[in-house]
Amino acid sequence: MAAKRFPVEASHILMFARSVGDDNPVYSDEEAAKKTEAGGIIAPPTFAQSSAQFDPDYFLRPKIGQPWFGSGGEPTGVKREPGGGGRGGGGGGGGLHAEQHFEYHRHLKPGDVLTATTQPGKTWERESARAGKLVFSESVTEYRDQKGELVITARGVGVRTERPVDSKA
Amino acid sequence: MALSAKKLKVGDAHTARLVEDLKRTQIVQYAGASGDYNPLHTDEVFTTKVAGYPSVFAHGMLTMGMTGKMLTDYVGDARLTKYGVRFTNQVWPGDTLDSTATVKEIKDEDGKKIAVFDVSTVNQNGVVVVSGYAEARVDD
Repeated sequence: MAAKRFPVEASHILMFARSVGDDNPVYSDEEAAKKTEAGGIIAPPTFAQSSAQFDPDYFLRPKIGQPWFGSGGEPTGVKREPGGGGRGGGGGGGGLHAEQHFEYHRHLKPGDVLTATTQPGKTWERESARAGKLVFSESVTEYRDQKGELVITARGVGVRTERPVDSKA
Repeated sequence: MALSAKKLKVGDAHTARLVEDLKRTQIVQYAGASGDYNPLHTDEVFTTKVAGYPSVFAHGMLTMGMTGKMLTDYVGDARLTKYGVRFTNQVWPGDTLDSTATVKEIKDEDGKKIAVFDVSTVNQNGVVVVSGYAEARVDD
């Protein structure tokens, strides 16, 4: 995920925390958060992934005036754009998300304005009984704050599968 | 409420239920909040007729996010220094997930105590859906 400007906002943190079922007041209640060790509202550990919202080219968001591969009344027949399966760690572009790793240099808080830069990493292949040939690709995203300091390092691995994963698990 | 290195032992474990009968609506909530609108997670027509899956399924990152709540409830706010997972099986609407952090090691790093955990989230059939690790600063 590349984003020139990812403003971390309290309302976004609230929505994100709700979506993962986390009612910890440190993500929503400023007064309660002040009394915690965090000293104020912070973002949940996986929040940085929502930098997708601020990536202008993120291919898993419908864009105004452009074809979208999800269905309307019926399937549209629009093919997915080939986007790097490992970009920013989000599985997409015909792929799934295989791994995600975060290293926290500090925790995000409202008012931070981040930049996210992504570099491609390794790629490798493996045969799988459940999904045929798997092609993995890695990417590393650095999130820096308004002072240019590294706050989170994220490493994602995406996988493209030859066929849908057989999940009778 | 942070953990204390003196009181932690290798093998100590903390388990929490993440979700019961996962709702499609929660998956939609996660799509909206995270910005990942891949139709595989919310569009049943696309997912069954085009992509060939039996139904929509949760974003791996939703399970990682829910698992993160188990971790932060255990280690305390703003204490995590590392957190990583592999997505080992899909999570479907209707799934019930339980997650466990197990102390693997307690180490010193730059004069601070760091606890290292194995992290595992399983579904109602005992199948591991997320497998990983976390590290957190703990008190002496």
